[in-house]
Order: sequence, then C-alpha cells, then structure tokens
Amino acid sequence: MVLGIAGALLYLPLLAVSVYSVNATRLGLVWKGFTLSWYLRLFQDELILNAAWNTLVLASVSTAIATLLGTCLALGLERFPWKKRVQWTLDTWVDLPIVTPDIIFAAALVVAFGTIREVWGDYQSGMVSMVIGHVTFQIAFVALIVRSRIVTVGNVFREAASDLYATPRELFRRVTLPLILPGVLAGATLAFMLSLDDFVISFFTSGPKSDTLPIFIYASLRRGLSPELHALSTLIVLITVILVLGLQKLTRTPTEE
Amino acid sequence: MIDPFVFHGQITTRRRLFWQALANICPGMVWMLVFMIVPACLVGILSLVTRGPDGQILWIFTSKNFERLAGFGIFGWSPVYFVILGRSIWAAFWVTAACVFLSYPLALYINGLGKRGRLVALSCIVIPMCTNLVIRTYAWELLLSPQLPLAQLAAYFGWLEEGRALYPSTLAVYLGMVSYSLPYALLPLYTSVERMDGSVVEAARDLYASEIRVFRTAILPQTRPGLSVAILMTFVPTMGMFVITNRLGGANYMLVGNLIQQQFGSSRDYPFGAAISLVLILITLVGLYFYRKQGNQVVLP
Repeated sequence: MVLGIAGALLYLPLLAVSVYSVNATRLGLVWKGFTLSWYLRLFQDELILNAAWNTLVLASVSTAIATLLGTCLALGLERFPWKKRVQWTLDTWVDLPIVTPDIIFAAALVVAFGTIREVWGDYQSGMVSMVIGHVTFQIAFVALIVRSRIVTVGNVFREAASDLYATPRELFRRVTLPLILPGVLAGATLAFMLSLDDFVISFFTSGPKSDTLPIFIYASLRRGLSPELHALSTLIVLITVILVLGLQKLTRTPTEE
Repeated sequence: MIDPFVFHGQITTRRRLFWQALANICPGMVWMLVFMIVPACLVGILSLVTRGPDGQILWIFTSKNFERLAGFGIFGWSPVYFVILGRSIWAAFWVTAACVFLSYPLALYINGLGKRGRLVALSCIVIPMCTNLVIRTYAWELLLSPQLPLAQLAAYFGWLEEGRALYPSTLAVYLGMVSYSLPYALLPLYTSVERMDGSVVEAARDLYASEIRVFRTAILPQTRPGLSVAILMTFVPTMGMFVITNRLGGANYMLVGNLIQQQFGSSRDYPFGAAISLVLILITLVGLYFYRKQGNQVVLP
C-alpha cells in the first residue's frame, strides 16, 4: 500500500506529463493520437534554444570549477593528519551547503550581489552570479563524493609506490589521480545534475538576459500549461534519468570489486 | 627544524605536508568563505538597515525590520507574519510527518530486497529527487487539472465543482510538498536502516513483541541518526518553499519562503527580506545543532 502511494506520489505526475507531451491535441487534455510535433517545435523556438544554451553553459562552467575546487578540497582534507577539532570545524564548514535550504542560500547571494551593486555601482546580475551561486553548493557535494572515494581506495597503493621511489609528482599522476578518477567523475556528474536540478538559486540570481530552462518554464506557467512545455519537461526528465544512471554506474563498479 | 615524517610510505616533513594540504584546501575554503559565510553575515547586517523609497539600501541602522516581522507595522499591530510563520511550521510539521510515515515502511521494504532490487529501488527514488522542482510542480498542475481523472473523480463525488482543477488548494500544496520531500526523507532513513542490526528486530519478534513495540524498541533507537537527518532535510526546506505554494496554493497561501521571495522580488525590500531569512537561518542552525547532538550521542558499536 505504502509502496503504491509513494510510487504514485513520485511518478504519476511525471507520467502524466510525458503522456501528454505526445498527445496530438493542443486544446484540452483528451487523448487525440500520437505525435512528436511538440518536440519538433521546441527546436524552432528561439527563446527555448537560448534558455537551453544558458542552462548548458551554466551547468558546464560551474561543474568544471566546482570539480576542480572540490577535488583539491577532498585531497587536502584527507591527506593530512588534521587535529580532531580542526577536522570537525573543517567538516562542518564543508557540509554546511548540503544542509542549508536553497532559499537561504539564494537570499544570501542576492544580498551579497545587492551590496556589491550598492557599493560599486552598476554590477549586473547574470550568468556570472549564477555560476558563483551554483559552484558554492556544488563544491560540498563534489568534496563529499571524492573524499569517500579516497577513503575507499585506501593508502596501500600510495605506500607501495612510495616504497618503489616514486617522486611526489609521479605519485600523483600515476597512482593517486587514476585511482580517484572515478570519484572525481562521479562528483562532476552529480554537480552537473545539481546544476540542472536547481531553480531557486538561479531564479534569485539571474539577470534579465540569462534565463535558464527552469526559469523559462516557471515564467511560461503564468500563461498556463501547453504541450510544448510538456515536451520540454519530458526531455529534461529524460536527461536527468540518463545522468542518474550514469552516476550510478560510476559510483558502483569500483566499490563492488 | 627538520623532523622527518613518514606519511603512508612517503618520506616528508610534517611542515611540508601541512603546507601541501593547506594549499589544496585554500581555494575551496576561500570560495566558500567569500560566497557563503560572508553573504550570510551580510544578511545579518542588512536586516538592521533601512529600505529607501525606491528599494535601495540606506545605511541607517534600525530594528524596524524585526518590529515589522513581529507585527508592529504602520497601521498598528497585526498578526499577519505570525500567521505565515505558524502556517509554515504547521505545514512543515505535517509534510515531515507524512514523509517519515511513508519512509519507514519503504526503507524497511527496500532493505529486504536483493542486491539488484535495492539498486533499482534506489534509482527509482533518486530520479524524481534529481528532477527539477519546477518540472515536478508543473507535473502536479497537469495531473490535478480539470480534464484528468483525479479532478473528475473529485467532481463526481461532489467535492469539487465540475470543470475546475484541484488546485489552487491546500491539498494540492501538501501533495506537491510530500512528493518533493519524500526522497530527501527516505534516503537518509534507508542508510540508517541498512546499517541496522537485524538480529535485534528478530529477537523482539521471537519474544512476541507487537509490531508497534518492535518498532519502538528495536527499530527506532537504531535508526535515530537517519531519522534526524530525514527531519532536517524536510522540515526547514518545506518552510522555505515558494515554487510549490505559488503554483499550487494560490495567492493567499503564503509560507516563509513566499515571503522571502516577495521581498527580494516584487517588493524589492532587501532589509526586510534579510530579516526574514535570518529567522530561517536561525531555525536551520537550531535543527543542525540538535542533529549534531543526536549524531554524537548515538554511536553504534
């Protein structure tokens, strides 16, 4: 019973959207036959293409920055015998973005950018502010995943390599990096997904010319539901599914061996 | 001062290792300091200044924002913000309760599955969790719209006028929020259930404990860390929700999240928005404190 309720709560809405995205009628929600024309229309809409491009740029740039910073952070946190108190403080600091509700995050960033605007004059919110917002919460998740990977791998290989006179550079390039790479990739995938998943932070920090797809959908909702929106949502859900499955493959294989 | 130090086979000095680790940590930490801690402090400062007539910030310090939050406006005292805060807590409580209530049986069920089954079940939970909030809200709007079976069923029973959607309504808001938060409650609970010592549960059953007793004495104490994370991940975010309430709740159904969004959006009243955010930050910190305390107390052998 509970299984049914949970399944319905999680999947019924998404199912409805995907079913109606291939419905041939514009008016009404009655089934009128199968069509893909709504999907084709998406690719002719200048606004949607622009928003999709923005979403992609935002996700890619923020993921690249966050992966780099997060991986370094994870290495630094794991590769030194920090004192217990220091470790606790650092851990809390890094974990903070994970437990903070996104609206608080968004509000704090808006305040920060607002203050910048007050002090330095014409700072325009836009892509840069959105990237900053996304990176800030992505770092924590990347660091979390890479750290767990570092712990899983253990120190045996490092010890062996050092015993065989590997220089620090060789140690990093030929032992550490290949071993933690699956973790880094998983972290990057998660970061990318989180960026696609985010609406609140983008919504607060976006400028007039930097709509992302979720912002576009939210704005279009005022004009009511439309089959194009069904199609667009279905596409985004499909991308999410692919990313989730990819992430699972990345995190599973190494730990089960 | 050279004191050789062997760190996992690598001969180095403590100092060198320290600088290396620090260099690794610094970029990330500084980034978070600048874009998370400093903005949070700015929120604190801004909540004490005045809003100018056109929404600009005037650096005149005042406690007016908090007075206004407590209900003392230009027209005398009114409970409007207390109502919103009360409603938020009320909604957050029920949503959290519903999520936990659904999550326990689910987590136990998933734990009883085989290796493959668990993996499939977990992906089924993660996929909606990673789906964009706007899309999920939008999907609920579609599902509750007048031409679909749910609204027609309600109309058939006379709960709803013919041809109207099931939203905006409190029910729709709750449905949307439970659906949104369920994975966030389920995942931490599941991790706790997975680590649970099953023999205690078995022992309780062997001794003819009732199902409620089994849950209370064998399952609940063992899964408390997961439960506290689950509550932390549903309660505060629900209070700060604005997309779901905006779309599914209509104009009169406001939560703290809507209030914040309004101040930073159409009202352009940053100082007042900051004051409300500060309240939410405090609630988060209190939750975090209890969670940390809980987490330190329950150390399973």
